[in-house]
Amino acid sequence: MTSSTTTEHGHKVETIDRVVIRFAGDSGDGMQVTGDQFTNESAIFGNDLSTLPNFPAEIRAPAGTLAGVSAFQVHISDHDILTPGDAPNVLVAMNPAALRANVGDLPLGATILVNADAFDERALEKAGYATNPLLDGSLKQFKVYEVPMTSLTLEACKPTGAKPRDAERSKNFFALGLLSWLYQRPTDTVFNWISQRYGRNPVVVEANTLAFRAGYNFGETTEVFESVYEVHAAAHEPGTYTNITGNTALAWGLVAASHLAKIPLFLGSYPITPASDILHELSKHKNFGVRTLQAEDEIAGVGAALGAAFGGALGVTTTSGPGLDLKAETIGLAVSLELPLVVIDIQRGGPSTGLPTKTEQSDLLHAMYGRHGEAPVPVLAASTPSHCFSVAIEAVRIALKYRTPVILLSDGYLANGAEPWRLPSVDSFPDISTPFATEPNATEDDGTPVFHPYVRDPGTLARPWAVPGTPGLEHRIGGLEKADETGNVSYEPANHERMVQLRAAKVAGIARDIPPLEVDDETGEAKLLVLGWGSTYGAILAAGRRVRAAGHAVALAHLVYLNPFPPNLGEVLARYERVLVPEVNLGQLVKLVRAEFLVDAESLTKVQGTPFRVAEIEQAMLVSLGVDVATGEHPAAAEVHAGEEES
Amino acid sequence: MSDTAVPVTSRKDWASDQDVRWCPGCGDYSILAAVQFALPELGVRRENVVFISGIGCAARFPYYMNTYGMHSIHGRAPAIATGLAVTRPDLEVWVVTGDGDALSIGGNHLMHALRRNVKLRILLFNNQIYGLTKGQYSPTSEVGKVTKSTPFGSLDTPFNPVSLALGAEGSFVARTHDMDRKHMTEVFRRAHEHNGTAFVEVYQNCNVFNDGAFEEITGRATRDEMLIPLEHGRPIRFGADADKGVVMDSQGRLSIVKVADVGEDALLVHDEHRENPDLAFALSRLARGPHEPTPIGVFRAVERPDYGSLMEHQLVEAQARKGPGDLAALLSSGTTWTAG
Repeated sequence: MTSSTTTEHGHKVETIDRVVIRFAGDSGDGMQVTGDQFTNESAIFGNDLSTLPNFPAEIRAPAGTLAGVSAFQVHISDHDILTPGDAPNVLVAMNPAALRANVGDLPLGATILVNADAFDERALEKAGYATNPLLDGSLKQFKVYEVPMTSLTLEACKPTGAKPRDAERSKNFFALGLLSWLYQRPTDTVFNWISQRYGRNPVVVEANTLAFRAGYNFGETTEVFESVYEVHAAAHEPGTYTNITGNTALAWGLVAASHLAKIPLFLGSYPITPASDILHELSKHKNFGVRTLQAEDEIAGVGAALGAAFGGALGVTTTSGPGLDLKAETIGLAVSLELPLVVIDIQRGGPSTGLPTKTEQSDLLHAMYGRHGEAPVPVLAASTPSHCFSVAIEAVRIALKYRTPVILLSDGYLANGAEPWRLPSVDSFPDISTPFATEPNATEDDGTPVFHPYVRDPGTLARPWAVPGTPGLEHRIGGLEKADETGNVSYEPANHERMVQLRAAKVAGIARDIPPLEVDDETGEAKLLVLGWGSTYGAILAAGRRVRAAGHAVALAHLVYLNPFPPNLGEVLARYERVLVPEVNLGQLVKLVRAEFLVDAESLTKVQGTPFRVAEIEQAMLVSLGVDVATGEHPAAAEVHAGEEES
Repeated sequence: MSDTAVPVTSRKDWASDQDVRWCPGCGDYSILAAVQFALPELGVRRENVVFISGIGCAARFPYYMNTYGMHSIHGRAPAIATGLAVTRPDLEVWVVTGDGDALSIGGNHLMHALRRNVKLRILLFNNQIYGLTKGQYSPTSEVGKVTKSTPFGSLDTPFNPVSLALGAEGSFVARTHDMDRKHMTEVFRRAHEHNGTAFVEVYQNCNVFNDGAFEEITGRATRDEMLIPLEHGRPIRFGADADKGVVMDSQGRLSIVKVADVGEDALLVHDEHRENPDLAFALSRLARGPHEPTPIGVFRAVERPDYGSLMEHQLVEAQARKGPGDLAALLSSGTTWTAG
């Protein structure tokens, strides 16, 4: 940290390498918008960043209660970061409930900005405070700034003529303005966004703009704050960047895959948190020939996708855990029909309705085994928000080439979290088109050419994809067991076993068509391998960096392909004395790995609806390495803005 | 998919090489024959016709048709067919279902296909019993039905499939029966011509588990007195001597009268194109079960844009407005910045 200059109003300018800010308020306070816009400013500025929105399942829980608190955490830095940060350095609390719900996550010395106007008796009582925390000394270990955000917003918005009740709603822009000043953010994007978003309502545009300016100017002209902070741009690889969430990346990946496969995209989907945004996004892109059907239920969503696939379209369905339960029978049908189908599961806390807006990785075994009968399905998982783009294309490639349903796992954390993404060159994308059958592929005893729908490609074991409308290839498929090659209904025992084996071999054979697992083992001396999958990627890598910085060797590997596993996984596991598997579930991958490879892998689990903190994985790595961690207090608790090693 | 004339075909061209495995004497045989007789007359190519079914005895139907076909899972055929029909408007998609498949496990999909007006021809084989699972009562079984699962009689009020389809905004709703190939063929032709969801209830005899369920109205001896043929623009009358008819009172209630008592001019004239479904619905309620004079034929046939065409139209409009999709432009459609 350096302190080199001052602003024209005499504020010191301190340079910091990173900061974690959490905006928290009532569900109706616009905290997601505020966080999004701060993120956008930072992205444009060139910081590396990672975000973690956290909102309740209720749209508007009773105002002022703990249940209604909505928060958005953003981590910005001048270097490559991997997670939204373990703990916020700065908390913006719009009311007592927001303070109470979040203060426990703050390290000693953290900065708290509160909307002082909101701390009246009634609000304190609703939040469950017996005494006012701003007065009772309970926040003395933090640096607290009390800013009358509501009254200053009302004052600023007077020229608009808006009723106080309406003007008050602009207070999130006051907070955004203040933070934008405090961290010296570029502001043009916010003004542009406000004009675009609220353009139809000029009074709202004006009120939000005035509130933002008032917040910005409040920082600059008052002497409440001693310093402003600079977080320099990160040294990104050259290229054009955009800030992207996992759900948007998935939607765009599907559009790209349809383009690359040269077949139209059909999405059958039923609204469900946290997957609905994929349906929303794809519904915008009709000029790409994308058809979206908001189906009557989850079953119809996947059914329609399968019907579209029968006709030669790219059939996709998107859902979350409860919907995956309902789709199971249709996925089994797709296994039997051997038609391409992509099923995207944005995992959330379960069982049952569980934690709809919170993240979890607990559908892995469901994806692997959640069907009756021997019904193997390839399973892939995305590692980061932007990775969702390429993994969507890969899921489609496998589905089309092997004529199989594929389950792609993402989760609530990736779905709503955002990160900068260097735009790939469209020309670099692979051609993933697969030809339809056009000719008979067998002959009858009398020499007549015929089409047999279950004659397989000897390399992939995929059956031909003959779409209705093709003369001479008329055929019937169904969920009943069918005879090898002819596809006619068959209950013959040996044939059934052969078909079960063929379907299993087809999926297992995909291992030959996927990249080997890469192991990040800098020194080659590591005894411990940390094996992850899905959205734990960032936290595991950040923890690995910290452990290495402390002088220990650790190897890291991250699985994208869960079924089949990469062909070298067994060999990789055998190379290490210890294997640690962190997962946001009770240990699902670890079961698969132990069962498949007979390795004594250890499990690190967490099911709190939130991603792993870096420190939690770091701690587990150190324990596994036999390092004495009892003495080492966590550095994150040291001082606000004093960067710990890396996260 | 070809510009040349549709080849002339006969019934045997539409039959697959698979042995039909319904019970001997099942009504499904005559429905299969009627479909195979009807299709050669419709000017469609075999390769463009798809039959999709769910589960049940009726659902084996696609295996016996020399067309494209899918025998899917219980109740889901309308949903699967919807995905196919809206992505491939060039195809002629038929759904074959039964009373359990369509009205119990798949009730939701049937309703929604009807309200969306997806271009499907849905044939509901109604035998008022579960056949494939060996004789449990179905959602169209009469109250008090004694079966293996209801030894003391069933308690549920049955669905009237025609009423249900009308209530679900069906744009084409008809009824026929397995004892009259000519009638079936004609109704299937009308279903083929309809632009939207064509729903056809086919009374079908299950001679093993519910034999004679429709005998009172479809039997050769009684048919003329018990079936009320609906013909668009014609007074509704029936009976061997056309001596009976249907009238509507000032309250919109229908009743059966002797033509001699009221005069021909007093008879209700059938209007299948009437926008308001009231008349069709009233006709569907005329018989409380297949033991009272029962209307057959087309209850309702109105024009309404089909779902696939509407969807297609939105794509065409979007392309006209924004131009064809440009992937690079999509990826940079958010806020972007350049590094290096």
